[in-house]
Amino acid sequence: MKLFAELIRILDSTNKTNAKVDALAQYFRHAPPQDKVWAIALLSHRRPSRPVNTTLLRLWANELANIPLWLFEESYHIVGDLAETIGLMIPTTTQNSHKSLTTFLTEISALKQKSDDEKKHYLQENWLVLNYYERFVFTKLITGGFRIGVSQKLMTRALAKAENLDEDVLAYKLMGNWNPATISFKELILDEKSSDFSSKPYPFYLAYALETTVHELGNPADWSAEHKWDGIRSQTIIREGTIFVWSRGEELVTEQYPEFQQLIGIIPDGTVLDAEILPFQNNEIGSFNDLQTRLGRKTVTAALLKKVPVVLKVYDILEWNYSDIREKTYQDRRTILEQLFEEIKGKNLPIRLSERISFSTWEALGEERNRSRQMRSEGLMLKKNNSPYLVGRKKGDWWKWKINPLSIDAVLTYAMRGHGRRSNLFTDYTFALWQNNPDGSRELVTFAKAFSGLTDAEFRKVDDFIKKNTLERFGPVRSVVPELVFEIGFEGVALSKRHKSGIATRFPRILRWRMDKKIEEANSIDDLKSMII
Amino acid sequence: MIKPLLEFNDKGIYCAQADVYLDPWKPVKNALITHGHSDHARWGHERYITHSSNVAVLKHRLGIQNVVGKEWCETFAINNVKFSFHPAGHIIGSAQIRVEHKGEVWVFTGDYKTEDDGVCVPYEVVKCHTIITECTFGLPVFKWLPQAQVMNDINQWWSENQAEGKTSVLFGYSLGKAQRLLKYLDPSIGTIYTHAAIENMTEVLRNQVLFPETTLITRDTKKEHLAGNIVLAPPSAHGSTWIKKMTPYVTGSASGWMAFRGARRRRAVDKGFVISDHCDWQGLLESIEATGAERVIATHGYSDLFSRFLREKGYDARTANTQFEGENAEMNPQVELDAENEAAIVQNLSATS
Repeated sequence: MKLFAELIRILDSTNKTNAKVDALAQYFRHAPPQDKVWAIALLSHRRPSRPVNTTLLRLWANELANIPLWLFEESYHIVGDLAETIGLMIPTTTQNSHKSLTTFLTEISALKQKSDDEKKHYLQENWLVLNYYERFVFTKLITGGFRIGVSQKLMTRALAKAENLDEDVLAYKLMGNWNPATISFKELILDEKSSDFSSKPYPFYLAYALETTVHELGNPADWSAEHKWDGIRSQTIIREGTIFVWSRGEELVTEQYPEFQQLIGIIPDGTVLDAEILPFQNNEIGSFNDLQTRLGRKTVTAALLKKVPVVLKVYDILEWNYSDIREKTYQDRRTILEQLFEEIKGKNLPIRLSERISFSTWEALGEERNRSRQMRSEGLMLKKNNSPYLVGRKKGDWWKWKINPLSIDAVLTYAMRGHGRRSNLFTDYTFALWQNNPDGSRELVTFAKAFSGLTDAEFRKVDDFIKKNTLERFGPVRSVVPELVFEIGFEGVALSKRHKSGIATRFPRILRWRMDKKIEEANSIDDLKSMII
Repeated sequence: MIKPLLEFNDKGIYCAQADVYLDPWKPVKNALITHGHSDHARWGHERYITHSSNVAVLKHRLGIQNVVGKEWCETFAINNVKFSFHPAGHIIGSAQIRVEHKGEVWVFTGDYKTEDDGVCVPYEVVKCHTIITECTFGLPVFKWLPQAQVMNDINQWWSENQAEGKTSVLFGYSLGKAQRLLKYLDPSIGTIYTHAAIENMTEVLRNQVLFPETTLITRDTKKEHLAGNIVLAPPSAHGSTWIKKMTPYVTGSASGWMAFRGARRRRAVDKGFVISDHCDWQGLLESIEATGAERVIATHGYSDLFSRFLREKGYDARTANTQFEGENAEMNPQVELDAENEAAIVQNLSATS
């Protein structure tokens, strides 16, 4: 544990990528094999499920801190991280713990089955024998994400360096459904053949946003274009009579989409498709809002299946007849894919082809891009005809050519402290628009939250304004004198019953601070409604 | 109703009976000054009274001459109100101000810390009925380690950077923190270089405290000279071209705020050292208890939470709004005044007043 806590401390204290890779590689060279498996699991979001809820964690930690509970809660809001608060608040004793990371995680995994008394005893005992930073890391093992700026890619690069393995091969080995409690380092990383090959997805290829004008991409004849669909990116695997659906976050989400089971036997075994999951009804693409009601559920009811049916909108094929065809050109892969769709034509299946747009000039393509909102897409995807399917986010062969966001001027009305590097600063904002009342008066009604888009210097200024212009406090939230106007950008609008304003916006973020505008000049809810298609 | 001995108005902490202000933030006739930090000692008052060890600091930072120095515990009366300065242990020249009238005693702590840092005269408990206390770090998450341990970490960090051929750049407020760090840097490791703001301030204080030798960085200082050595710089120098010329270098920040991971990352320093010239949670509680005060007025810091906690412990505690910033200046470098640039000081003051 001491070695792992030190690793986290180094990762947390530098923002230099090379220093992070070095620290990770150093760890992988020295840690015991089973600790390495757990470290890989933790850094790729495969932690054991949380054995204790945070309310109890706070209560038990507070007993050791020996202060009123409200003060513990307030301190937590200011620190912005529960594990860090617990680390700081509990006194450090002269005792020491030499248990390994594996031992801790085995104990934490087993904790779920224990009684509350046993859980409390276990936590308090360990909190007191760890030093401040180990206590923080130990608590993080229970509560979740480290937020230390280590992507799976970075971790994979370090592991590849330490073990002298090919980075892409390693990325492939680390994907899929493996359990750190039962797999050994040898089985996971070193063995040539893996036992559960059939569910394993390929790493996703991710595109960057186009930075230049489209003309600089060269000859339009070298490129293909499709609409950029606004759903859930997924990889669908059909092997040995079984279907597996993976999300971009490398979660296996097969159970959430039972309608895809009917593809087995029709799409041949040994096929892997790259596709967007889209809400689809009466031959029309629905809004992302509808799709959201189907996410994160353990069971999907028949009623919900009927209310929000989904389809796979397929744009690429990575495996065909059990062979990896990612090295083939996009053009060749599309030929195989389009042939497949030819064969299944007319069968009423929840699967559609993402059509290629035919165009001969960039101007003509620009016209099509302007139709994106009507097409329910976020813009276009540009793919080079001769490009292989790469691993991770790479520049050059695929580009996102998104449409400009919708925007509206709104008033800052509530604020909350941020997390991570923004803890103790008010950076999470709620914005409001004018609503006309029947009696002719008007009031500000909140419509969206946003916490990105300002520079650090701007955040400091707004933070200062909020601290000096607080109206009321509700726990971590403050209401603020309505005075500041911001231009809020978003990708789409839809009616919503869950929102006070009756409208939900997609990906709201701050475009800029309109220091030139007074709150009277902010937009109204009606202005926002007029943007709904 | 009898007027309280000290009250808060738009100019500062006011004693009406004596027509005197304590650390006023707008220009006044008579200003008693606790210490030299820019949020407490501002420009433009007619008459400054402070502890004698702070006179040179005020003259240097504000470029003024109208300063009178008093000795520790020396009582002076203004219209029957007795005033005296007592050590606050915050930085060199820092004092608490004791105010007595008709047997009623108030103490304004200014900024203070309870640990003896070996640089300034250590904090002394002053018995009183009412205490006006800062509470910059008035949350139970703040718990300082002994100075010797932190300084040991800093020297070790310097040695490690040296072994890698890198320059160590250590940020600390130019008045107070910089001298405290300097006092305990180990000159046997290498040369201690300084930014002009710190060099000039330290020079003013050398006749009060024995400090290790320092070398001012000038236009002629070569990158090769700096390699393996340490540079003391004010927080505002972070990210400047002045620093970038020192590549390869490693940055460290010495502040109480470094207790927060978020703050460490926001400052984007490689290493944070938790060391403060303010009291930590225990330090505040113990010193308030020791004064025997029944009434507590909490100013800058987490004053709402701190006073609520004190009320639950049975104190008559409330908060008062001031324009003091505590250690915030270290987190918002643009607030820090550059001692080299008097014009900037005046401009900054007029902006905040």
